[in-house]
Amino acid sequence: MFGTYLMRELTNRKKHTAIIAIGMALAIALVIIVNGVAAGVRDAQSSVLASVYGVGTDITVSQTPVAPTGDGAGQRPSFDFGAADGQTTDGSTSLSQSRLAVDRDTTTFDSTTLETVLAVDNVSAGTATLSLSNTSFNGQIPDITQTQEGTAAAGPTDGGAPRGGGPDGGGGSSFDVDSFTVEGIDVAGVAVGPLTSATLTDGRTFESTDSAASVVVVDSAYATTAGVAVGDTLAIGGTDFEVIGLVTSGTSDAATASNTYIPLGVAQAVSGLDGQVSSIYVQASSSEAITQVQSDIETALPDATVQTQADLASSVSGSLSTASTLVAGLGTWLSILVLAAAFLIAVLFTISGVTRRTREFGTLKAIGWSNRRIVGQVAGESVVQGAIGGAVGVAVGLIGLLAVNLAAPTLSAGTTADAASAAGFGGRGGGGGPAAATQVAATTDIVLQAPVTVPIILIAVGLALLGGIIAGVFGGWRAARLRPAEALRSIS
Amino acid sequence: MYELKNVTKSYATSRRTVKALDDVTLTIPRGQMVAIQGPTGGGKSTLLQMLGALERPSTGSVSLGDNDLSTMPDSRLGGIRAKEIGFVFQGFNLIPTLTAQENVETALEPLGLTSAERRSRAATALASVGLADRGAHRPSELSGGQQQRVAIARALVKEPEVLLADEPTGSLDEATRDDIMDLLETSWRDRGLTLIIVTHDSAVAKRAQRRLHIKQGKVTEK
Ligand SMILES: Nc1ncnc2c1ncn2[C@@H]1O[C@H](COP(=O)(O)OP(=O)(O)OP(=O)(O)O)[C@@H](O)[C@H]1O
Ligand SMILES: [Mg+2]
Repeated sequence: MFGTYLMRELTNRKKHTAIIAIGMALAIALVIIVNGVAAGVRDAQSSVLASVYGVGTDITVSQTPVAPTGDGAGQRPSFDFGAADGQTTDGSTSLSQSRLAVDRDTTTFDSTTLETVLAVDNVSAGTATLSLSNTSFNGQIPDITQTQEGTAAAGPTDGGAPRGGGPDGGGGSSFDVDSFTVEGIDVAGVAVGPLTSATLTDGRTFESTDSAASVVVVDSAYATTAGVAVGDTLAIGGTDFEVIGLVTSGTSDAATASNTYIPLGVAQAVSGLDGQVSSIYVQASSSEAITQVQSDIETALPDATVQTQADLASSVSGSLSTASTLVAGLGTWLSILVLAAAFLIAVLFTISGVTRRTREFGTLKAIGWSNRRIVGQVAGESVVQGAIGGAVGVAVGLIGLLAVNLAAPTLSAGTTADAASAAGFGGRGGGGGPAAATQVAATTDIVLQAPVTVPIILIAVGLALLGGIIAGVFGGWRAARLRPAEALRSIS
Repeated sequence: MYELKNVTKSYATSRRTVKALDDVTLTIPRGQMVAIQGPTGGGKSTLLQMLGALERPSTGSVSLGDNDLSTMPDSRLGGIRAKEIGFVFQGFNLIPTLTAQENVETALEPLGLTSAERRSRAATALASVGLADRGAHRPSELSGGQQQRVAIARALVKEPEVLLADEPTGSLDEATRDDIMDLLETSWRDRGLTLIIVTHDSAVAKRAQRRLHIKQGKVTEK
């Protein structure tokens, strides 16, 4: 009887059923689409972050930058050429020097900090890195003595200048200042940090036996610019390094954190920064533990800047960031609003339906139906109406997500130098030469793909049923209050 | 058998208290056919509510057989209605979305029968009111007289001790009225029912064994 009566009510009061179900369907479809798009934006954001900061990094630790003091790290590299430097041939002197130093706004700290971090509860992996810039000067200047003695080959036209050469080109000189970034990393193959998101395109990556070797892995984009291949040598800080492998970053743009990678110990030795690191990349044992790990590290290292992925997400700019804000703000509120409206419609229509059926329910009570039986009937009707709305809503929502995925909107994500250093991350921003600047300001185009997840569908169906139950509770409460004597109320 | 002792039913409205029944004492033996007449607002429907276990009196007692209807909780009154009392209403009060067969079955719902039993008893009841071929029709597809027949089948299918009818012919034309009255009278005679009919219509009242008149809540024999 329950099923028959329910079916008859739903099919014979189609308008009533349709209004409640359509309201619910709209809300459920919106919930699914907003959640799917939000998940897609989150995926896009984490893939951008992974390509910039390395796969699996939950937390990063760096030192809060301080104003540079007179000496030591953080100073812009300078070149000092003594009188005996260079080689003089054909009346000009060749000078070449390369220096390896930390960027201006990077602060290094003691590498034992890593042990402190690894001792924190729920830290599953961690690695320390040293971010450096190599600046090399290559140039020829005319021989000073020759210029003074008389106008020779490439000398200045007036001939009377006491000194030739210089950046203004007055002395037929030619300079080449080149700068690229160098990341000193742990070669033991840890699960987090730089290079974990890169793919090897040629040669090999580091092995643990490389820890003291002068070997370098080069980003393939930079390798093309610098004209080096596997087996060549690359001068870093005045030392020749053997190129053992080429890598590309996870995304099409050069968003890998560095142009070159060398073993951490070697980087410390060549730059003269023994026992110093600039960043620590940390992986938490679970995503629930991230907050606890962050606060524990902050307690253990009061001077450090400790950042999570959520903090890092704020360093992503561009239309991806706009989409993320839009989905999180407008999308969420719109879903809540439409859901609330759908619930309200369901409740009001159910109550008015019960009121309209006063004589019907009074009659059923008069012929002996229990209150519980009638409340169950009313609640059953609205739960099924909610379920129909839920089913239609899931279908519409899936079609909506399919449309989003077919349209595949492209979002651009910028990780600007400012944003990156504001996030206290890696400290690659700002300093160094043009190579470093273009690398850090990389933008990445990401195609938005909204995933369909079973939990979201279950939650959506659950919400539809919840709406039905809420409407059923109100309708049932109204029906329970009806007196059986209503059956005898005069009809006119 | 009904026994009413000093039954009063008052309704408190915002302005004043209405005594719909005023100190009614009455006995109705089992198997009697009674007509209740009186002016509008006199208290006819209120009396029927007391007899039908739909409401409890404000004061006094109402008993049906061994059951004291004035003190029972709602749930037990519902049980009495489900087993012992059939109702027929002026407006038929069929469930509009259910078929004739299903409408009759609603009366068997509280009795805990199997669906097969329900179906066969409802079909038999429909046949006994001459609507064997109308089981699949919805109320809107039936005439007024046919709808009232379905309602009578619904009232009788549980084989009650009492049949209470409030203006059962009030919405019907004269020819149909006589058909329905014939059906009620036959059922009363065949089943040994206690049949109590509220009516404005003297032609209906004349058929009863006993006629009560109720005015301003006071019952008198006629
Ligand atoms: N639920 C109620 N609340 C307030 N007053 C009521 C209620 N039910 C009935 N009454 C009042 O009780 C009195 C008797 O009503 P009742 O319905 O029994 O009259 P009736 O004889 O059946 O009249 P009619 O012939 O019009 O059906 C009337 O004055 C009516 O207004
Ligand atoms: Mg009345």
